[in-house]
Amino acid sequence: MTDRTQLKSVVQVVAKSYHNQATHLLQMLWQVQHKYSYISDEMIDLFAKELNLDYAHVQGVAEFYSFFHRTPRGEYDIYFSDNIIEHMQGKQDLLDRLLTKLKVELGQPRSDGKVTVDNTACIGMSDQGPAMLVNGLTIPHLTPNKIDQIVEFVEQQKPLREWPSEWFVVKENIQRKHILLGENFEPGSAIQAMLNKGSDGTLREMEVAGLRGCGGAGFPAHKKWQLCRDTASDERIVICNADEGEPGTFKDRILLQSYADLMFEGMTVCANTIGAKKGFLYLRGEYRYLQKSLEVVLTKRREAGLLGNHILGQKGFDFDIEIHLGAGAYICGAELALIESLEGNRGIPRKHPPPYPVNAGYLNKPTVVNNVETFALVAKIMVYTGKRFAALGTEHSKGTKLISVSGDCDRPGIYEFPFGVTVREVLETCGAQNPQAVQNSGPAGVCISEEEFDRKLCFEDLNSTGSFMVFGQQRDMFDVIRNFTQFFVHESCGFCTPCRVGTSVMKNLVDKVHSGHGTKADLQDMENLSHIMKTMSNCGLGLTASNAVADTLKKFPQIYEQRLQAEVSLAPSFDLDAALEAARQITHRDDEKAHIAA
Amino acid sequence: MAQQIITIDAQEVPFQEGQTIMDAAMSAGVYIPHLCHNPEFKPQGSCRLCTVEVNGKRMAACTTKAIPGQEIQNNISALQENRRALIQMLFVEGNHICPGCPKTGNCQLQAVAYYVGMLSSHYQHFYPYRELDASHPNYVVDFNRCILCELCVRASRDVDGKNIFGISGRGIKSHLVINSTSGKLGDTDFNVDDRAALVCPVGAILRKRLRYTTPIGERLYDQQPINVVGDSTQPHAGAKKQW
Ligand SMILES: Cc1cc2nc3c(=O)[nH]c(=O)nc-3n(C[C@H](O)[C@H](O)[C@H](O)COP(=O)(O)O)c2cc1C
Ligand code: SF4
Ligand code: SF4
Ligand code: FES
Repeated sequence: MTDRTQLKSVVQVVAKSYHNQATHLLQMLWQVQHKYSYISDEMIDLFAKELNLDYAHVQGVAEFYSFFHRTPRGEYDIYFSDNIIEHMQGKQDLLDRLLTKLKVELGQPRSDGKVTVDNTACIGMSDQGPAMLVNGLTIPHLTPNKIDQIVEFVEQQKPLREWPSEWFVVKENIQRKHILLGENFEPGSAIQAMLNKGSDGTLREMEVAGLRGCGGAGFPAHKKWQLCRDTASDERIVICNADEGEPGTFKDRILLQSYADLMFEGMTVCANTIGAKKGFLYLRGEYRYLQKSLEVVLTKRREAGLLGNHILGQKGFDFDIEIHLGAGAYICGAELALIESLEGNRGIPRKHPPPYPVNAGYLNKPTVVNNVETFALVAKIMVYTGKRFAALGTEHSKGTKLISVSGDCDRPGIYEFPFGVTVREVLETCGAQNPQAVQNSGPAGVCISEEEFDRKLCFEDLNSTGSFMVFGQQRDMFDVIRNFTQFFVHESCGFCTPCRVGTSVMKNLVDKVHSGHGTKADLQDMENLSHIMKTMSNCGLGLTASNAVADTLKKFPQIYEQRLQAEVSLAPSFDLDAALEAARQITHRDDEKAHIAA
Repeated sequence: MAQQIITIDAQEVPFQEGQTIMDAAMSAGVYIPHLCHNPEFKPQGSCRLCTVEVNGKRMAACTTKAIPGQEIQNNISALQENRRALIQMLFVEGNHICPGCPKTGNCQLQAVAYYVGMLSSHYQHFYPYRELDASHPNYVVDFNRCILCELCVRASRDVDGKNIFGISGRGIKSHLVINSTSGKLGDTDFNVDDRAALVCPVGAILRKRLRYTTPIGERLYDQQPINVVGDSTQPHAGAKKQW
């Protein structure tokens, strides 16, 4: 145990580096965890005292985020991405191989403290999986051979920087470019265009472009900005949502990796349009390895006069951007939860009246929250005009959309298509292999069966958050459902009853069917539970968490029915006879009457 | 100012600007089932039991503002059945053994369960393992029965100014925590006069030694259902008199 005085000075230094601002609690916890691998009771106590917070508050934050640990982790902290796509790519065998060879149990540090191996929700690498995070760095394309080498490196305690550097290369995998990814962009040009047009002119340009938010809800961007601008306040805030938590999505990663200037420029255009001086990039913990390169881009932009004071020489045009790192919580992609998290709290999407961030967001200041892709599009629209975007897409969905394609196809990766592209066109372009279904927009989205492949990706038909997972005929869709139901159990924030408990009840029902104990009554329960979750939950997570089950019950009923006990309408969730085994052993009986006929 | 009106199950209910649907219903004596709401504290909106249909759309009555002309469905079978399922979820999530609980007869969870016609827990029990905290001289906290309504959290923070309770964990692992380094109630300045000592709607925060002063059978909801007598505000789990 480190002695308290030493720990205290560490905590003080860390707290001080964030000006003792309680809003930066997550960032501080990252720092101490980086040093000690976990967050002890004592550290919680020290932070509470240093920041003048309640012990229970700091504890609550430390125990909410899945990348924060309350017990020591190994020196090598390894996470396998646990999305269904990685399972299809052979993740489970690789995980088992690593666990066996390292002689370590899932989620438990090895007794010598060298290593921990764990699962984590999708890390945004489905196009180049199976993938893992090692101390925050991504290794894509895992193979048995790589696993064996990792075992050696861990045993030799080879520092990560001495591992083959090509292992850590995360490819762009852009398969199809259009106006957003394809056309040239000069940093500063969008800001200049904004200055020429003024605030009203900029809003009009975006209205002409028909830009709608790319994070899911599709709210018109110009309206959101205008509502924020027109709310009286001494201060306004711009937040870029880079939480990208929807399994199977990785389009924001490409933008963060290779198009960061576009995104930061869009944020700066927004800032001057609404009158904001402060901006945040909320970066998901899984993308921690991108933080450095993003900081470099920010520094360059400051040096070029595109951030900081007097941007492009304009007096009073002051704006800067700070990166906040999340710590493993899908719910923090939901803007109300994201703002709580930015304020240093647990990520609970509480609804304070008025519930809209444009009126009262970060620290109750009027706030615009937009997705990474939305901001990147803003920059392009300012340069290439709203008209050019409006010429693409459909009536209510203008411009293009980035689609993250993964699963059973020849060319997974990023595809930029005009809105209105059909599922079939995407499948053909990516070289889908004998597809039976597409999960559009991730586990929270819609499961599309073959009969629906002519449906269009656009707000009028199939809304897309960018995740497009392809399942070939050889796949058992029931495995997909099990993976999704587990995901939601893990990611529910726990605030409201239908989602906190409902996600677990749903998982139990799916497991019951999986184990062969399910009956028609259980399917009825699933449907009923889904209806309750969809209509009574507090936020988008719970409202959509049962979509996949409800969809497949309708479109793929056979995956459930073939597992049911045909002759009974109601059955217990366990094997009655097996449950008597302990009693048989105690009483030394094994006669006919000590058994229940199956 | 002209009186503003909403209708709840076709009954006209007046309200004042700024009131929620729940506020309006409570003033008019219309019962909307609820567990995490108590008009003394800031609305929370987490149990979802108060879900009603506002012009056909489901919303939580305790966090939705009343707006003139809203047509609200409350006491309809579709809602009551779904509320019953929510109660069943709360029952299987924790360990609620009513016959062995000092709060029986005064417990709102139990009373609402009766009101919505719950006969069994229906879903598979989770049987979580949760420890008991008996460290305080006058109070015991039985986490097995906590339904995470956060009424104690709000009362201690907003009325007592003490912040004795908090929530930690995430999802199904969410749990009540006591705000002290040891995590024990005995190491806080929690006091019998605290508002937080009297708000727990279930048998999770219990006054020691006074748990059976009123015999079972003579307690609040043993006499009348919750939609008639309303919330339980006894000075201790086993009391008869309204506080
Ligand atoms: C459970 C949940 C998760 C979400 N995850 C994300 C996310 O990862 N990224 C994102 O941009 N928006 C996400 N959203 C949507 C945000 O709440 C918000 O609408 C969006 O960031 C607004 O930006 P936009 O208008 O540019 O789309 C999520 C919403 C919910 C309910
Ligand atoms: S729906 Fe789920 S994620 Fe949203 S508030 Fe409720 S418990 Fe939390
Ligand atoms: S202890 Fe009681 S009042 Fe506090 S959160 Fe739990 S159920 Fe609610
Ligand atoms: S009483 Fe409204 S959500 Fe609990």
